[in-house]
Amino acid sequence: MPKDGEFYQRDRGRHPPALTPDYKTSVARSPRYPLISLQSSVSEITGPVFGHGDVDPLDRDMIYNYARPGESAIGERIILHGRVLDENARPVPHTLVEAWQANAGGRYRHKKDTYLAPIDPNFGGCGRTLTDEHGYYFFRTVKPGAYPWRNTVNNWRPAHIHLSIFGTGFAQRLITQCYFEGDPLIARCPIVQTIPDPDAIDSLVAVLDMNATIPLDTIAYRFDIVLRGRRSTLFENRLEGN
Amino acid sequence: MAQKLDYLRETPSQTAGPYVHIGLAPGAAGFSIYAQELGHDIAGPNARGERIRIEGVVIDGTGSPVKDVLIEAWQANADGYYAHPEGGGPVEEGFRGWGRVICDFETGEWGFDTVKPGPTPGRNIGPQAPHISLWIVSRGINIGLNTRLYFEDESAANAADPVLNLIEWERRRATLLARRSERDGQGVYRFDIRLQGDDETVFFDV
Repeated sequence: MPKDGEFYQRDRGRHPPALTPDYKTSVARSPRYPLISLQSSVSEITGPVFGHGDVDPLDRDMIYNYARPGESAIGERIILHGRVLDENARPVPHTLVEAWQANAGGRYRHKKDTYLAPIDPNFGGCGRTLTDEHGYYFFRTVKPGAYPWRNTVNNWRPAHIHLSIFGTGFAQRLITQCYFEGDPLIARCPIVQTIPDPDAIDSLVAVLDMNATIPLDTIAYRFDIVLRGRRSTLFENRLEGN
Repeated sequence: MAQKLDYLRETPSQTAGPYVHIGLAPGAAGFSIYAQELGHDIAGPNARGERIRIEGVVIDGTGSPVKDVLIEAWQANADGYYAHPEGGGPVEEGFRGWGRVICDFETGEWGFDTVKPGPTPGRNIGPQAPHISLWIVSRGINIGLNTRLYFEDESAANAADPVLNLIEWERRRATLLARRSERDGQGVYRFDIRLQGDDETVFFDV
């Protein structure tokens, strides 16, 4: 029986490069030397394991997880849901997915955000959940608003939700951003456009999912996440076999 | 024509942005929401081995500290085992091996308390010197940067480490060595990370 070996090499042409000058902050924060390539050892193939003791079921409900009793967040009520898969299309079960976002007006609950749109007293803006045995996850939240940022004078981020995903190995660790189908700001955003491949950009756009929408209650968007796949070790010394 | 390779493609990375704390360390963003934030205690109360502190700052290409960085650490216990089904062996109750730290918004200094890890198996050749894997994200970093922290007082193990020896430029290996000092009888290791320029830290494609 073949064992799982190393992760497939990351296709760095699908990810944004480190240096993307139209996103100005990247200029001084990007390495100038090339990365040193490693074959996976046990240090990369393993990663933290989370369980139900780590998260509360309410953590994934951003409409209520920071709301005062009897109140809820203001905005377009949405479900964001999908599956976490690997490149072999295998589900990634019981993995931690964390999310954070601005409120419906584009304001973050962060002491460094000074945008003039107001804070929503019933909205914190973060959630977390574990995928189920089929790799499925969902959040309930409000659709975030666009907001301005100091890059060029008139740059506006598209509506987006930040997502952090673990997988089973530290080499799969990923942070990304989920956008929403049809948003005209996507094509104008220097952060989106750090990604050189249009097909890769499309994979960050959640699609309206009327089948998952709850009538008269909450609209739904579908967003699947793909983590690195793993090779089978067919003919090789075992990793732990020193 | 040939058959198609129908692998899925990895979801592309995007920057964590300046407000990463809201999602991953909400207390630092300025509000309390979860019963427990994750990643504060790497080793737990029962871990064997030497208790140590790691400290540093992340420096950008202009020499300025990066004040909105978030770092995650992943390490083995003192026996060289990871807290994972493929981690090599059992770990102490409460040993997670994973931690998450943010830096001070004013100074950029970060630090965490843990135990010194033991050597771990390498890939096909020899053991790996004690090390902690680090993953660095922030505004302006489009895809998380992977590096490793080694300990300067493990010079024999470091000299034989298969990963350090992959770095062709011997001078660059020193960027991965944390410098030891003592404070109140405890070992403190200094590990500054330079994103760009002179003495740029070695980053890995893992």
